[in-house]
Amino acid sequence: MASSTVKTAFWRGARDALPFVLVVGPFAMLFGVVATEAGLDLLATMGFSVLVIAGASQFAALQQMTEGAPVLVAIATALAVNLRMAMYSAALLPHLGEAPLWKRAVVAYLNVDQTYAMSVAKYEAAPQMPLADRLAYFFGLAFPVAPTWYAMTLVGAVAGARIPPGFAIDFALPITFIAIIAPMLRTLAHVAAAVTSIVAALALAFLPYNTGLLIAAVLAMAVGARAELWLERERR
Amino acid sequence: MTSTEVWTVIGALAVGTFLIRFSFLGLIGDRPLPAWALRHLRYAPVAVIPGLVAPLVLWPAATGGEPDLARILAALTTLVVGLWWKNVLGAILIGAVVLYSSLAVFGV
Repeated sequence: MASSTVKTAFWRGARDALPFVLVVGPFAMLFGVVATEAGLDLLATMGFSVLVIAGASQFAALQQMTEGAPVLVAIATALAVNLRMAMYSAALLPHLGEAPLWKRAVVAYLNVDQTYAMSVAKYEAAPQMPLADRLAYFFGLAFPVAPTWYAMTLVGAVAGARIPPGFAIDFALPITFIAIIAPMLRTLAHVAAAVTSIVAALALAFLPYNTGLLIAAVLAMAVGARAELWLERERR
Repeated sequence: MTSTEVWTVIGALAVGTFLIRFSFLGLIGDRPLPAWALRHLRYAPVAVIPGLVAPLVLWPAATGGEPDLARILAALTTLVVGLWWKNVLGAILIGAVVLYSSLAVFGV
């Protein structure tokens, strides 16, 4: 009985995540292409997608590396992009916190934008769902997403080696980043953070090792948080 | 970058990203995140990525750092389409079309 509801939950998750394949696939392919164009070999390109499995931060690390930033700066920038996932982890805790440690570790590895958003929405809509079903649903969500991420990175890496130079592929990365960020600019506080980030990064571009970006990011986070407080107070 | 440096970045990013994802689920446990921390975390992506992109748009390496109309137009189009349509892939595609057609017109 239990095992049949678990199976159902897994396959419902897989079905619910199926549309994400259309988003994740091309994005992964683009990473494969851009990483290959930047001079990464196939193993390193795949290493990024399999070990890190976080698109925007992979692109950020790549950009820092091609600009010749020091290793530590590249790591710090990419990790800053992933800080939001601490929020995802906190959001999953009330729903999956009682699972065994190793299962929580697997959940953590697969805790990406899509699995987080879909699973938390489901758990909130169905609070009586047993823990085993919740876990199965989560792994079901990851089932189409993660393999698509790996496979399409590979396709991109192989195809990227064949794209002739001078195809302005340098600009794939900025366009991708702008397209990722634009839908996130939902509130005035988000816009304030983004504008601060741009102005400070440009003003501090003279600093060595791309460290200006890190300072700009800290400033922008503080401005976003301040603006949020201020907007809340205005609304009252 | 040498291969050792590339793999150092991959390894540190893999471990660091995992620890961020595991933080509350595995390490911190059932303690609520303070409101000020949540407030800052919420703005992490919009605080990093625009600052990363701005110099690439204004001073592209491909033109030796000279501002280039085609790239600026493509960036602005992507931003407007993304804001309005909220579709990441759609914005990338339209941005790419604008980039290549304006490169063809203005040439670089």
